[in-house]
Amino acid sequence: MESNGKRYWRGLEELENDLEFVKNAEKEFSDAPTVVEEGSNPNRRDFLKLLGFSVAAVSVAACQAPIKKAIPYLMKPAELDPSIANYYASSYFEDGDYASILVKTREGRPIKIEGNPLSTITVGKTSAKAQASVLSLYDTERYQGFMKGKDKISIEKADEEIKAKLDGASNIRLISTTIISPSTTAAIKVFLDKYKGAKHIMYDAVSASGILEANKESFGKAILPSYDFSKAEVIVGINCDFLGTWLSPVEFSAQFAKGRKLSKEKKEMSRFYAFESRFSITGANADYRTAIKPSQEGAVVASLYKKLTGTDTFKDAKINEKLDRAVKNLKAAQGKALVVSGSNDADVQQIVNAINHELGSYGTTIDINTPSHLRQGIDANMNAFIDEIKSVDAVIFFGVNPCYNHSRGKELKEGLGSVKTKISFSLRPNETSALCDYVCPTHHYLESWGDAQPKEGHFNLIQPTITPIFNTRQAQESLLIWANAKTTNFYDFVRSYWNKSLFPAQKQQKNFDEFWAVSLHDGVFAGDAVAKAVDEKKEAKQPATDTLAVVKPRVMVAGAFKGDVEGALADIAKEYKTEASADLEIQVYEKIGIGSGMHANNPWLQELPDPISRACWGNYVCISQVTAKKKELSQGDVVKVTVGSHTFKLPILIQPGQANDSIAVAIGYGRSVTGKVAKGVGVDVFPLVNKKGYQTSVTITKTGEYEEIAQTQTHHTIMGRDIIQEASLTEYKAKASAGRNIIMVHTDEGPKRPTDISLWKGHTYPNHSWSLIIDLNACTGCGACVVACQAENNVPIVGKKEVLNRREMHWIRIDRYYSSDANPTEEEIKNSKGARKEGSYGEMEIPSDNPDVTFMPMMCQHCNNAPCETVCPVLATTHSNEGLNQMTYNRCIGTRYCANNCPFKVRRFNWFHYAEDTRFTDINNTQTNDLGRMVLNPDVTVRSRGVMEKCTLCVQRIQAGKLDAKKEKRRPKDGDIQTACSQVCPTDAIVFGDMLDESSQIAKMIAEEHDKRAYHLLEEINVKAQIAYLTKIRNTDETKARFKADEHGGHEEHKEHKEEKGEKHEKSEKHG
Amino acid sequence: MNVSSPVRPALVLKQVHDKNRPTTYHDITNDICKQVEASINVRWMGAMAISLIAFSWGSYCLYRTWWFGLGEWGLNKTVGWAWDITNFVWWVGIGHAGTLISAILLLFRQKWRTSINRAAEAMTIFAVLCAGSFILMHMGRPWLANWALPLPNTYGSLWVNFNSPLVWDVFAISTYLTVSTVFWYVGLLPDLATIRERATNPISKFVYGLMSFGWDGSAKTWARYEMVALILAGLSTPLVLSVHTIVSMDFATSIVPGWHTTIFPPYFVAGAIFSGFAMVLTLMLVTRYVFKLESYITIEHVETMNKIILVTGSIVGIAYITEFFIAWYSQVPYEQYAFINRMFGPYWWAYWAMMSCNVISPQFFWFRSMRRNIYVTFALSIVVNIGMWFERFVIIVTSLHRDYIPSSWVMFWPTYVDWGDYIFSFGFFFTCFFLFAKFLPVINMAEVKAVLKSSNETVSDDYADDDYNKTEVKTSVTHH
Repeated sequence: MESNGKRYWRGLEELENDLEFVKNAEKEFSDAPTVVEEGSNPNRRDFLKLLGFSVAAVSVAACQAPIKKAIPYLMKPAELDPSIANYYASSYFEDGDYASILVKTREGRPIKIEGNPLSTITVGKTSAKAQASVLSLYDTERYQGFMKGKDKISIEKADEEIKAKLDGASNIRLISTTIISPSTTAAIKVFLDKYKGAKHIMYDAVSASGILEANKESFGKAILPSYDFSKAEVIVGINCDFLGTWLSPVEFSAQFAKGRKLSKEKKEMSRFYAFESRFSITGANADYRTAIKPSQEGAVVASLYKKLTGTDTFKDAKINEKLDRAVKNLKAAQGKALVVSGSNDADVQQIVNAINHELGSYGTTIDINTPSHLRQGIDANMNAFIDEIKSVDAVIFFGVNPCYNHSRGKELKEGLGSVKTKISFSLRPNETSALCDYVCPTHHYLESWGDAQPKEGHFNLIQPTITPIFNTRQAQESLLIWANAKTTNFYDFVRSYWNKSLFPAQKQQKNFDEFWAVSLHDGVFAGDAVAKAVDEKKEAKQPATDTLAVVKPRVMVAGAFKGDVEGALADIAKEYKTEASADLEIQVYEKIGIGSGMHANNPWLQELPDPISRACWGNYVCISQVTAKKKELSQGDVVKVTVGSHTFKLPILIQPGQANDSIAVAIGYGRSVTGKVAKGVGVDVFPLVNKKGYQTSVTITKTGEYEEIAQTQTHHTIMGRDIIQEASLTEYKAKASAGRNIIMVHTDEGPKRPTDISLWKGHTYPNHSWSLIIDLNACTGCGACVVACQAENNVPIVGKKEVLNRREMHWIRIDRYYSSDANPTEEEIKNSKGARKEGSYGEMEIPSDNPDVTFMPMMCQHCNNAPCETVCPVLATTHSNEGLNQMTYNRCIGTRYCANNCPFKVRRFNWFHYAEDTRFTDINNTQTNDLGRMVLNPDVTVRSRGVMEKCTLCVQRIQAGKLDAKKEKRRPKDGDIQTACSQVCPTDAIVFGDMLDESSQIAKMIAEEHDKRAYHLLEEINVKAQIAYLTKIRNTDETKARFKADEHGGHEEHKEHKEEKGEKHEKSEKHG
Repeated sequence: MNVSSPVRPALVLKQVHDKNRPTTYHDITNDICKQVEASINVRWMGAMAISLIAFSWGSYCLYRTWWFGLGEWGLNKTVGWAWDITNFVWWVGIGHAGTLISAILLLFRQKWRTSINRAAEAMTIFAVLCAGSFILMHMGRPWLANWALPLPNTYGSLWVNFNSPLVWDVFAISTYLTVSTVFWYVGLLPDLATIRERATNPISKFVYGLMSFGWDGSAKTWARYEMVALILAGLSTPLVLSVHTIVSMDFATSIVPGWHTTIFPPYFVAGAIFSGFAMVLTLMLVTRYVFKLESYITIEHVETMNKIILVTGSIVGIAYITEFFIAWYSQVPYEQYAFINRMFGPYWWAYWAMMSCNVISPQFFWFRSMRRNIYVTFALSIVVNIGMWFERFVIIVTSLHRDYIPSSWVMFWPTYVDWGDYIFSFGFFFTCFFLFAKFLPVINMAEVKAVLKSSNETVSDDYADDDYNKTEVKTSVTHH
């Protein structure tokens, strides 16, 4: 201190050498208290100070948001980078629905199913059910461990007890659904070899037994052939929903669309006749759809055959006319025709085979040498099992729930009481597992190892994408353990099976590990070479199951058909009617989302509206307008339906196109043992399932009750508007812009397109201009995009009540429009001089009895002059410089003006806090429970209540794709980025891309179809939608264009059309 | 008696309780202050209790709206506004009469306004507050309402969207509320001072003293007062036109068929005055009866206001018809459908309720006897307000429920919370109005005093109320 000559004092006291100071100078800390305290007790003010401080301190400390359950990796797995998705190839086969898939995982949890583009069967596409399957993985209501009755049991103990019981059993039955996994088949064989009295029975809730039996008779093999709809120029379907639910709809949709798409090069499309009783999406996609009563189904097939081979007159004149037309077209398309029937009656399928044989379809549109394995259940076997149930000692249910989804479920339920040992492998409680002594839950397929052979020679692998969530064990492993097999680990089992059976069949990989790695990576065998090699190999040693054998000669010869046509015709004549009686009939059918009810507890599927009725959350009685009028029923009237001894109560849904004097009810509802989601939803009609697919002598009586059906669309016609622009193929061939409503506005510079007049400078897109182009001709309305979008974008599920409040949250919807008899054409309106000649608005609201249907996928149109953007007071919705209309959720204060001003009504408002409101806990399980939340896409915010949301064109995918490209110092290539909807679309009806990238498919399509088929919605109000639609073209002889393409030259053409319309029938005869 | 030229009828009549005596300045002070100075009576408590019950029930519904979200209402994916904005526009419309009476009529020297402007202005303020409450209610995230204001913030260039009519609304309504409140309060100052002077209770003296801002009644104060009143009148006058013009732009600048109409600004202003006058009449007739103010609020007032109702009602009627004509003339199918749907669609009853209440019912006022009939006027004033509510409902809901894309066409039905929130606004309005009526002078004493002499001195002593007009004719004949 003194070193620099200066002296410092600690204070005046030191300077003055104050006595008190000097006394304490050496002490480091003064004794003197800084605050004078009265005694040692803190006084009131101190208390308040301390209180104030501590409250402030606690509240400051509490200001930090709590971190909930964020557990960092102690050791980061090598293949896993946080926030980078990993994709694993696998396969989906549930409820008869197959897809080769890629599973998107984030931080070790599967969050999205994508199609595997390497697959030659599903070609990168999936169904709505496959999309939703990832949510079933995170169902809290799955079995969480092995159960003995209602109690938990350890796996070891269960094995011990079950083995003892099986050893003591002489008559064991393993009831399974169709098994397409060769390794599983092998594992079952191991089990069957161990237990000599055991028998394996396969059955399908929705079976194709009729086809299998018919083919056995026709060709000696009980197989399902492969169909190729893309090669068919004329298709006839009789009650066959091949685009929605029949056999392999994703595959068929892609094929069908291939034949329907039009381009500059391809000006032809297939013609499709549908004869059906209920309105299916397949019928909706038909050029000619004819309603037939279910009891006429066989007769229609028979008549078709007779007309093809000779002459016949169907009693019902309307049907006869359509049949004649179909026959004429079929005959002309020899070798390029295909007739399919959804009947499960072997006699009917026999005739269908005969027809196809007659048409030369075998070897062209039908391939019986590459059979499909997707349905192998023979109904007779299952029925035999139920007959002999009393003599069975032990039964194992593997992936099936016959107590619910078999028509004799009740009988089985009673019979099971006498079976000593009942075991179920079910993942989640169901009607059958509830009756079982032991439940040994298997893994969800996303937790499993396995393989699949959906078609002869096409092999897939299934690999786990997450460690088992619950204490479950794969069913195959259980079987192998109970059989005391050498290899009980199913992974090893599959590997060794592939090593033995498939590895030698290929030549590319020399080493099995390499072969395994490649197969696992690809998920599929690609290329015929491999498949053929396997075929040959298998000929020698493949252990075929009872029902399945490989058909050997690669080329079918025509003479190989040896069905008993006469016998079948005689049976049909007995069973079916050629005229429509007034007797009420019921047909049960499968809905696209719910299927056989296996996934009833999946709220994504419950909320997926039926593409035709647009109804969700429940089943209902579909009835035609005419019959409803006759019976004085209106929509929502609850009726009591009595069929024999079975009665149930359901509300009425007026379904245009439903055959008169018939009703249709969907299966898959009314689950009695299920989770909270499906509880109380709909009524079970499985007891009505039979071979013919219908029941007669149905009575319906009004109960006087009323129940509103949750429909997402309540107005069904297009009201003469140009939202849908359509034309017939003939019109299209004459002029590519046929059916277009090209609007011109009068200005002082002459007529102009509305889009050419603007006060706005418009946006500039320096780099990208993202868009979609949607082909209305290709969209079949299947709804896969709706679920894909919901999964990708964390769209909440709102439940029946909120759907009834018209508040579903789907970002993409498929509008379905029925034609109305009163839809006037533009010309007709003009000629009527003001007064509408044909139909008032009121009449236009009424759909035709058998309407034409158009599906229109509708999402945010990303308008360039977006009406929503200008009205938002806080700029929460703005335009990006890549053509997107974007939504800033955090900025939104929820005035909803944007939604009001959106002409497309695609904006969705969060009316409640769906993720936290307890009223949604049971329904919105993707957001309300910890396990369900695992399915959320971490790249997309879960929106809070009070904010607006809408389609973003999957902006998170665009950003990810751009980043990937940027890292490689290039522009994103066409196809690098796909929106969820375009990626899943089985028909590629939705094409996504960058319009500024000239090499992109979308840019080419826009260039080619500009002012031809491509149109933007509401061009006249100049919103300049970014998204384009391609006109719907129907392959009919009648004119379909309601709007003229342009002012010039169209007039005469139209006159002709009008004449033609007047004499539809004669004219079309000539055309045909 | 001094007889000059009485071409105008007397604005203040003789005393009700003493028919033979003309009203004096002192009578005015007594009559108006009486209500403020008297103790609270049972009738007032009963009325207040009903208002508070409505307010509480409404508050419960408001709690549900804010706590659970707007799903408590009947709105849906297609109809994003319904009762909320209907009620908002309705209340804003009602809030128009006050300023019109106090500002425009002041500028036009319509002296009859003096006995009704106070209550009308108070009504305006409360109505605008009710309207504002619906703005807050209808927001998805009302706790962020301040984001609609162009407040400086730390988010860089984050600002409001000046393109949005909702932002214009924020400015229009808040300006209107501010100016109306200031105008109203400035007008209250001399009267508050009067009450202060008369107060016997020290608390009243203190409170009214504070509220009167030290008004001293000097000539200078009066001169300033009148200047301020004129300036404020000048400021408010354009607001009368601008507020509802801007509210109408919430619709007119959109692209929704049925909203997108250039006729909206004048049509909305006329409608607002129409409904505002109706509401003033409803309240005024009740106040007149309860507070026995027949000498101040005369049949003459009622008739004059009924004439305005007839004029504005007919303007609204012409507007409805014009809309139809333009929809047909435009040849735009969406517009055409929107209007046909209004008349014959599922909401036809709302349309016809609007037409009969707004266009047909005011036509009774072509008849003088109807215009001067208190009961008819009271009934029609309520009918007009119902009609004007339906007008907004028709415009908002029937346009939205069926717009461009038929697949999204739906119906809207209100829930009990919709009702409750509407009732909330009534509860709030009447609670405020009754508090006002009890604690503040309902008639502008100072201004009434100013017109007392100029209009009354000339009138002979012996006319009775009923013969009034004859007298007027007689006198005028005499003098020409």
